[in-house]
Amino acid sequence: MNLQSIPLEYYLSLSAIMFTIGTVGVLTRRNAIIIFMCIEMMLNAVNLTLVSFSAFMGDSAGQMFVFFVMAVAAAEAAVGLAIVLALFRVKQTVYVDEINIMKW
Amino acid sequence: MEQDFLLSAPITFLSIMATILMVVDALIKKSSKITFTLSWLTLGITGVLAAWTLKHNGTAFNGMITVGSFGAFFDILFCMGALLTLIAARPYMQRENLEHDEFHSLILFAVSGMMIMAHANSLLILFIGIEIMSVCFYILSGYMRSSVRSVEASLKYFLLGAFATGFLVYGMALIYGATGSFDYNQIFMAAQHELRFPSLMMIGIGLLLIGLSFKAAAFPFHQWAPDVYQGAPTVVTAFMSTAGKIAAFSAFMPIVAIVSPADTEMKIQIILAIISAATMLVGNISALTQTNIKRMLAYSSVAHAGYLMMGLVAISAHHARGVSGILYYLSAYLFMQLGAFVIVSILERSGEKNLEIEDYAGLSKRHPVLAALMTIFMLSLAGIPPFAGFFGKYYLFTAAIESGYTWLTIIAVISSIISVYFYIGLIVKMYFTEPNESGESTQQLPGIASITLAVSAVAVVFLGLMPAGLLDVIKLLFGN
Repeated sequence: MNLQSIPLEYYLSLSAIMFTIGTVGVLTRRNAIIIFMCIEMMLNAVNLTLVSFSAFMGDSAGQMFVFFVMAVAAAEAAVGLAIVLALFRVKQTVYVDEINIMKW
Repeated sequence: MEQDFLLSAPITFLSIMATILMVVDALIKKSSKITFTLSWLTLGITGVLAAWTLKHNGTAFNGMITVGSFGAFFDILFCMGALLTLIAARPYMQRENLEHDEFHSLILFAVSGMMIMAHANSLLILFIGIEIMSVCFYILSGYMRSSVRSVEASLKYFLLGAFATGFLVYGMALIYGATGSFDYNQIFMAAQHELRFPSLMMIGIGLLLIGLSFKAAAFPFHQWAPDVYQGAPTVVTAFMSTAGKIAAFSAFMPIVAIVSPADTEMKIQIILAIISAATMLVGNISALTQTNIKRMLAYSSVAHAGYLMMGLVAISAHHARGVSGILYYLSAYLFMQLGAFVIVSILERSGEKNLEIEDYAGLSKRHPVLAALMTIFMLSLAGIPPFAGFFGKYYLFTAAIESGYTWLTIIAVISSIISVYFYIGLIVKMYFTEPNESGESTQQLPGIASITLAVSAVAVVFLGLMPAGLLDVIKLLFGN
């Protein structure tokens, strides 16, 4: 059984659903780290889209893009967790609704 | 091969120097003097290299990046912005005890990201450029690690920025699926023919526009801008709100141009026009009620994104005046916005003091020169002749009218009139109000930040009095 036996639409729908779950998570969660994990999920949904298009078109550019997305996500994670840590040092909280010195 | 490296010299040179600078930071203690000298030298040389490639028009590295004209013009703007920021940042950082040396290499990395954005000829390169710039900005805005406000700004920027990145790459993935390529030229070709998934293409374009609008701080994705611009150290704000916005538009312009053939029902054009109108109205109206000068300038920068988007509407209507209008306006905007923020950074005192508009009462008596310069920048931002801002607006407005968007121009004029209220309000405060008790009375000299102010003020006046000079250059490079 090869990859093509599952239609492209299935992959695209799955990644669209994953992307939506991630988006909803970002909008509803309050913990900065969970919000960040939801963003990672959105990026992974994008990766799935890219890989499936790439496989179905027989073009490797999409798979190459995925590596860059993963590298960028790693860089973002490093910076993002450092920022969360810095926030925790000055404010002892990671909940975004408690960081409201400025109007959000 | 040689051609690739020769013509992409500005980007490669700057990236290598930024990396070297980071190593120098790590190896030498108390290196801020060395890194400062190295970084301004690097930016100067990069600007010269970019000026040298200005006439060479083409692509490099298998069509991944464009070299010459368009990118090189932006390279010069970025280097200019970064150079002026570095010079203004030196006294500010000394006063605020923020002299960690990474500042210089972070600025250089951010500039390399912006240059990659301006040179991108493929969605992949654009993505990498945007991320390099954004990650540097997340760090820079949280640069005052002990200040709650700064860290808060950093976290908000990071979360919302990463969220927007998700939309951006999803848009890129869908466009890739619809057209089969990341390359700008091939997307442009594919968009002119029948697409395999026309609906995916439209969704992809929409998501891409969301991502880029976020970076440009356009309505309704502008909410982060006032908070981040207020919380970040003032010199960083000066850099983000000028060079960052220029970079966003340098990426926006080719994207709008390549997807416009797919826009047979003019949907994208109308959406851009509506975003543009909403952005300038929201920006200017919100700026009216602000009491903090950084927030006021932040909302004014949102409004300026709205004016600039009029040029994008003209580009999507295949009107060449849009490009030259945006390029001229961005050059003018760099100097006026940077100058205004640098004055704020000179008057600011540690612990976020002296940032209320009230504190500017009677500034003309305490700092007559600073008040006069602030007046120049405010009048230019308001678009009052003979300063650069007026001609910038004029070109964008005519471009919009000639593309058939008279209603958009009427809204732009109305919102400009609204903006005069708070720009002139600040001038009135500086000249015709008695200084109150809280206003700082000690004389503090701006130090070398005065170089930045002098250059910005001269540029604003010069571009305003002789707009033909820059416009001729733009015409020469882009053939109208």
